[in-house]
Amino acid sequence: MTEKYSMPDERGHFGPYGGMFVADTLMPPIQELNAAYQQYLKDPDFITELDTDLKHYVGRPSPLYHAERWSRELGGAQIYLKREDLNHTGAHKVNNTVGQALLAKRMGKTRIIAETGAGQHGVATATVAARLGLECVVYMGSVDVARQSLNVYRMKLLGAKVVAVESGSKTLKDALNEALRDWVTNVDNTFYIIGTVAGPHPYPAMVRDFQAIIGREAKQQCQDQAGRLPDALVACVGGGSNAIGLFYPFIDDKSVKMFGVEAAGDGIETGRHSAPLCAGRPGVLHGNRTYLMEDEDGEIIETHSISAGLDYPGVGPEHAWLKDIGRVEYVNITDNQALEGFHALTKMEGIIPALESSHAMAYAMKLAPTMKTDEIIIVNLSGRGDKDMHTMAQREGIEL
Amino acid sequence: MSRLAAKFEEFSKTGRKALIPFITAGDPNPDFTVPMMHAMVAAGADIIELGVPFSDPMAEGPVIQRACERALTHKMSLRRVLIMASQFREKDQQTPLVLMGYVNPIEAMGYEGFANAAQRADIDGVITVDLPPEEGEEYVALLKAREIDPIFLLAPNISDERIKKVAAAGSGYLYYVSLKGVTGAGHLNTAEVEIKLKQIRANAALPVTIGFGVKDAETAKIIAGLGDGVIVGSALVSKIEANQDDVEIARSEIVKLLTSMRQAIDS
Repeated sequence: MTEKYSMPDERGHFGPYGGMFVADTLMPPIQELNAAYQQYLKDPDFITELDTDLKHYVGRPSPLYHAERWSRELGGAQIYLKREDLNHTGAHKVNNTVGQALLAKRMGKTRIIAETGAGQHGVATATVAARLGLECVVYMGSVDVARQSLNVYRMKLLGAKVVAVESGSKTLKDALNEALRDWVTNVDNTFYIIGTVAGPHPYPAMVRDFQAIIGREAKQQCQDQAGRLPDALVACVGGGSNAIGLFYPFIDDKSVKMFGVEAAGDGIETGRHSAPLCAGRPGVLHGNRTYLMEDEDGEIIETHSISAGLDYPGVGPEHAWLKDIGRVEYVNITDNQALEGFHALTKMEGIIPALESSHAMAYAMKLAPTMKTDEIIIVNLSGRGDKDMHTMAQREGIEL
Repeated sequence: MSRLAAKFEEFSKTGRKALIPFITAGDPNPDFTVPMMHAMVAAGADIIELGVPFSDPMAEGPVIQRACERALTHKMSLRRVLIMASQFREKDQQTPLVLMGYVNPIEAMGYEGFANAAQRADIDGVITVDLPPEEGEEYVALLKAREIDPIFLLAPNISDERIKKVAAAGSGYLYYVSLKGVTGAGHLNTAEVEIKLKQIRANAALPVTIGFGVKDAETAKIIAGLGDGVIVGSALVSKIEANQDDVEIARSEIVKLLTSMRQAIDS
């Protein structure tokens, strides 16, 4: 790459990926959203309001923390953690929901809908809806409702209606289908806050732009603390919003290697995983072309991961493009390896990561020892592990 | 001239309104579909829309979602739907047959591979719900080169500009979805449909069929009066769902409903 990176094109294409693959009923609301987004993206009042909310409501900037003890133990590169787990609501998701909710308000929408997997995006959406006094409906697969009951309760406390989706595999993809159905039925008053860099254009670009604050801050903080750019970035990838948020501001910094970590579940070879970039192929789902987990007939297959937030058969189209051009290397981590990452960070640094983020931790544990002690890895600690206590306890045979 | 174009040209002379039933291929089981298609023609169907089951039918309401799930438990696939189409053609070379589904199974087969296979199966039109004209230029050209009509949906919230764009890309007929939202939803506002049809006619020369919300003989008659044809889907699929254990009853219920719609439309 000699030119400055400038994806997507005006219709949302990242090379062959992305786009607007939607039924015609959705075309007008998507075009309306895109027009509003393009307008407010350049509106100084909007930017000021967003920055103010991110500072005083979300608690940004989030720290970049040098995990010295863990780095020493691993005996290689210095690991710095981008502490998105310290944001209000406990994960990176809120960066995006604050932005989209402000957009909804400017567009005069009175009702917010969202899909959620682990529940973090649902909580982040219910939170901003509560703050702005907007009606909020969150769609969540019934399997996820069962394994993330704490977040379901949080959403209800925040005044959101949580709809358990019983169709298909009853997980994140089905929640997304149901939210899209709600949106086409109620387009006049409803704003759909998609939680990841998927969906039809402009969502992949818009969510990335709201999440890119992660990478912008990290870049500045790394300069301030270490006096230079990092050598590598590591982030977990389900839909891919925390990863693209960290990666995007570094894309043109060619010395910075990037690793996106997919969920290998029981192992890629078992077929029970959620790793479309590592083991899927291109297709069209949820409004965009990207890598998918599908069978030979193009039917979407069920995914598996210990982490509900990574349990998605697709991935943001920009990741598909970054894979094809070789800018980001996509790797995978099994459930068991993720648990090792979870325990390592908890014990070595006193930080309990979300199971999603634990995949990134586990890969950092592999990567750091292969690098020199004066090299730097920034790992995105995208969320905190409180929500996963039940899953962990169950896995380890402990009754809470 | 395509079979669909010929059909609508004939109807424009005789004043007949097209009755277009939809069922999902393989629902409730693969043996049901082809005999049901013949029975629907005998009951007065002019064109048949055959749904291609997809794991993630984003624009469908619960009735057709569940039909897709039932069909997929029998390992239905686009390839098997095309085989069913060929089987239908063994006995019926007259009735236009339109496939309706989502783009991913077609991408999996490859656009050209699908266009060739659809031509071999003697398919007349294809509705690809999540492939708007903007994303489908290559695909549309491949279909048209084989005299297969790419059929597009028009939504209630559509603009003049967009009607023109969709009409330019499509052929055969336009499919006006008379309700916002998903298939099988809510109530029907005929006055609103009437106004919208005027707008569509002012911007497009293709025949306009209307679907989403046609439940019984009475609504079929009203809708038929507004456009060039009526599409009835969820109401038929509901009969299948209610009688999964006795498909003979499902078949006779569908025949009865279509017969009453035909009579009401023609009266």
